[in-house]
Amino acid sequence: MSDIKIRAKLKDGETEVKCLMSHPMETGLRKDSKTGELVPAHFIQEVVCKSKDQVVMTANWSGGVSKNPYLAFKFAGGAAGDPIEVTWTDNMGETQSATSEIS
Amino acid sequence: MIDAKRRILLKGSLAAGTVGVAVGAGLLSPRMVLASWNEAAFHAKDLPAALTSLMGSDATETSDTIKIKAPDIAENGAVVPVTVETDMEGVKSIAIVADQNQTPLIASFDLGESALPFVSTRIKMAKTSNVVAVVQTADKLYSNAKEVKVTIGGCGG
Repeated sequence: MSDIKIRAKLKDGETEVKCLMSHPMETGLRKDSKTGELVPAHFIQEVVCKSKDQVVMTANWSGGVSKNPYLAFKFAGGAAGDPIEVTWTDNMGETQSATSEIS
Repeated sequence: MIDAKRRILLKGSLAAGTVGVAVGAGLLSPRMVLASWNEAAFHAKDLPAALTSLMGSDATETSDTIKIKAPDIAENGAVVPVTVETDMEGVKSIAIVADQNQTPLIASFDLGESALPFVSTRIKMAKTSNVVAVVQTADKLYSNAKEVKVTIGGCGG
């Protein structure tokens, strides 16, 4: 199961892709309010967005991106029904991937 | 005599080599899974250092064609929506920086051939500061900044 939500819409020859991911995005700088200990860093480092197996955009992130990250980008071309694939990898080596279609 | 020395030297360098590999392997798991993730840039404490690591230079030219959409006042510094857009040609990458954050570089987006110079995300800001967008074209860096006031927990700032 994947927690990535993807919306891709084609308008005037441009496809706008919006994604929402579930991730705690811990910077490693925050202290746990109960124990007073630092919460270890746990954040998405790389997001690869593909359409029809072509990489459209690669995002590299730090822990400075908000919890449950939102990401939107646009690309030229694309047609209704084309597949969009979004894959993230975090600093713990976890990874998630999801696909959707352009509408 | 010479042979013996040489042998010791060889042994010594071999041992050092093994240690080096072990340390390297230790560092590689699990933090550095991704080869492309630029650790130096993301751990840099100031903007020039981050940009130099990320893009090879910190010489940026201010450009009004870079539009930064972000709130003037952010009630919650943990979630500040930022959109960066430009009509420049040949944009290779876009970076978003909050210059008062402990590690200012927040995100860098490498644009593929078909990608348009537009990105939108939500960032964390430690305190009131400039949100800087850096746009990399084939031969130059351009930047623009917008100040965002951060009121954490609505206590005023």
